[in-house]
Amino acid sequence: MKVNELAEGLSLECLYEGDGEREVEGCYCGDLLSWVMGRASAGDAWVTIMSNVNVAAVAALADVACVILAEGVEPDEALRGRFERLDCAVFRSGMAAYELAWRIHGLLEGRQE
Amino acid sequence: MDALKLHYDVDGEDFSAAGEASSNVKKVLRQLGFPQEAIRRTAICMYEGEINVVIHAGGGFADVTVEPERITIVLTDHGPGIPDVEKAMSEGWSTAPTKVRELGFGAGMGLPNMKRYSDEFRIDTTVGVGTTVTMTVNVTQGQ
Repeated sequence: MKVNELAEGLSLECLYEGDGEREVEGCYCGDLLSWVMGRASAGDAWVTIMSNVNVAAVAALADVACVILAEGVEPDEALRGRFERLDCAVFRSGMAAYELAWRIHGLLEGRQE
Repeated sequence: MDALKLHYDVDGEDFSAAGEASSNVKKVLRQLGFPQEAIRRTAICMYEGEINVVIHAGGGFADVTVEPERITIVLTDHGPGIPDVEKAMSEGWSTAPTKVRELGFGAGMGLPNMKRYSDEFRIDTTVGVGTTVTMTVNVTQGQ
């Protein structure tokens, strides 16, 4: 499933378009950035409530397919300023990480049927 | 291809600039056509190293040597040194201050991540003098 299809399926608010055609391989939820870098896989949709500038660096270096800011968190100005240097898309949702992950699982499983 | 050498100053004051050097290395490796997984591993090792230098040592240097079969990263600082390397290497152990934790770091995963994503990992540290971390990422084609 492509990033854009995932975003549509979850009715995500797009904060930065990035590469909407990238394939989403899985999902990772986490806010401790080193933990995310250690455990997230390339191509994951990364769900987090962290909203500072380091999110951009971690997203780029961990090579995730997209970032989803959960629970409606507001990215700080420094993070917004970094969006344009990202390859990946950034979205926001009012849903909590659990619900997002649950729905993403459903969408990705549905792809295989 | 001759070895390509890159040198970066890691600014100890600017937390948000940490990642500039790793992003640059990532870009260079991409342009050179290195396999994606080698690039990802190198970028993570380097970023963790940069963050450590910013958090614990007030700045330092990063030297990266790029060869077709391996990428070597050397991070050097003149910070306080690491009194107990074994403890520092254990997952979850951190001495990072609260303000750093609020930014999402200080989970005690930095050094373990560097070890995990590199093929060779070495710490040389002397308390009161500084620390040098050397990491090598082997490049396997078709990754």
